[in-house]
Amino acid sequence: MKYMLLMQFSVAGADFPSIDTWSPAEIQAHIAFMGEVNGKLTASGEWVDGQGLGGPQQVRIVRAGDDGTPLVTEGPFAETKEFLAGFWIVDCDSPQRAVELAAYISTAPGPGGRPLNMPIEVHPVMSAPPEEV
Amino acid sequence: MSTDPRIEDLLRELAPQVLGVLTRRFGDFAAAEDAMQEAMVAAATQWPVDGLPANPRGWLIQVGYRRMIELVRGEQARRRREDLVARRDPDDRQHAPAADEELTAERDDTLVLLFLCCHPALAPASAVALTLRAVGGLSTAEIARALLVPEATMAQRISRAKQRIRSSGLPFRIPEPAERAERLAAVRQVLYLIFTEGHTSTAGPDLRRVDLAGEAIRLTRVLHAQLPADSESAGLLALMLLTEARSAARTGPSGELISLTDQDRSRWDAAAIAEGVTLVTGALPRGPLGPYQVQAAIAALHDEAPSTDATDWPQILALYEVLERLAASPVVALNRAVAAAMVYGPAVGLAALDALADDPRLAGRHRLPAARAHLHEMAGDRNRAIADYRAAAARTNSLPEQRYLTMRAARLAVETGDGSVAKTIES
Repeated sequence: MKYMLLMQFSVAGADFPSIDTWSPAEIQAHIAFMGEVNGKLTASGEWVDGQGLGGPQQVRIVRAGDDGTPLVTEGPFAETKEFLAGFWIVDCDSPQRAVELAAYISTAPGPGGRPLNMPIEVHPVMSAPPEEV
Repeated sequence: MSTDPRIEDLLRELAPQVLGVLTRRFGDFAAAEDAMQEAMVAAATQWPVDGLPANPRGWLIQVGYRRMIELVRGEQARRRREDLVARRDPDDRQHAPAADEELTAERDDTLVLLFLCCHPALAPASAVALTLRAVGGLSTAEIARALLVPEATMAQRISRAKQRIRSSGLPFRIPEPAERAERLAAVRQVLYLIFTEGHTSTAGPDLRRVDLAGEAIRLTRVLHAQLPADSESAGLLALMLLTEARSAARTGPSGELISLTDQDRSRWDAAAIAEGVTLVTGALPRGPLGPYQVQAAIAALHDEAPSTDATDWPQILALYEVLERLAASPVVALNRAVAAAMVYGPAVGLAALDALADDPRLAGRHRLPAARAHLHEMAGDRNRAIADYRAAAARTNSLPEQRYLTMRAARLAVETGDGSVAKTIES
């Protein structure tokens, strides 16, 4: 079963201080942890994909105008409190295992090396075989 | 792999036999499996150019043997072998080749390999991968593409499975009679898992992807050929053939699911149906009876009917009752309820489904509301049907199924003048 794990960072620093206020060592520890996550998923044969995403300043919202030309709105978004900082797609044996992986990612270290306990969304990927209908 | 399908078929048929010989000779399944893959690559490269050797099997064993010697001479492999020898049961003479044993002994270890690769000590995903590679002779790249994961992930999965076999010290032999039934059930389960995985693809045939359903049928044919008297293995092969026979009619031009009722039955594969029917008809009286045979018998009744209305529903209902006694599960109970509706009317079916409403194994899943929706539609209760179709569409993890359920709801909504169609169709 494939799952997409979405890592949310809060824009306003509601959950934890914005990453641009962390010390270099704290940022380094966080990056090292993410590398460790990727290494473990690769070693367990569960890795399908995983990427870090650009910050809210780089996000663009695009709609097609009436004539099909792109209408581009820039972030950050006045309304949103968090943004998508990264994602993984994993292929694992059970929904419980997906939750276990999400909880592990949630413990990524932040300021002072303390676990961030950030929210990780677990989305099932629509990859199940259809049944006879 | 080679572009000549005849060479490819021959290689895949010989792969497990070569692997068996190398494993017996060197006592190291994991290394033998790598050597076998290398011999296959060498053959796929050279045979199309130089022509087929007089003894293809012997050719592959020779190449694999030379590669094994290189591996065994390696420091790492020697350490591995020492570990193996140290752990080996002293009275286990499995791996000691007899002095007069010819390299090309006419022995087929395919069944032994199936038992090893489908061992309950392996996670299902690992067993699937290892079976496809070691018994099916597929490359890691082919398996990765078939299961839609990166090649590196699949390589890791296979190597972990092999490590697991090595560290558990699983013996290379047919299991003892006491555990044979249970181990055989595990083999069938893995093969059926490969078969159902084959139905995941929705984007039409991808020429670069292995046909997993076809591969599962090929491997189950091998199992059935090795154990022709085993009624459940015959039943499993029949079930696969009778299900696969409908595959061409199962989806429309853009991959949309077509229900059994609406399928164009002239597009069903008559040869596969005939073979499946023969198999299950032969297995049932022989016994012992098992769930795969019963499911195959149900599939046969569907496949032999000229239409939904002309289907022998009383017989299907009776078979679901048998299946419930053999292998009760909420899904079987649900199917029995639908069959009961076809025999006695939707109200009876809905009452039977109500009894499953609190089953935690169905909670939050799409099967129950989907079945309820069909029966409400049958009863002419459109509003309830629409609500249940939408509830089911929101819960399924299969994209074609989600689209199918959404379309059913939309169609009924148009008829009832309720135009608010759920927005779950992405394309």
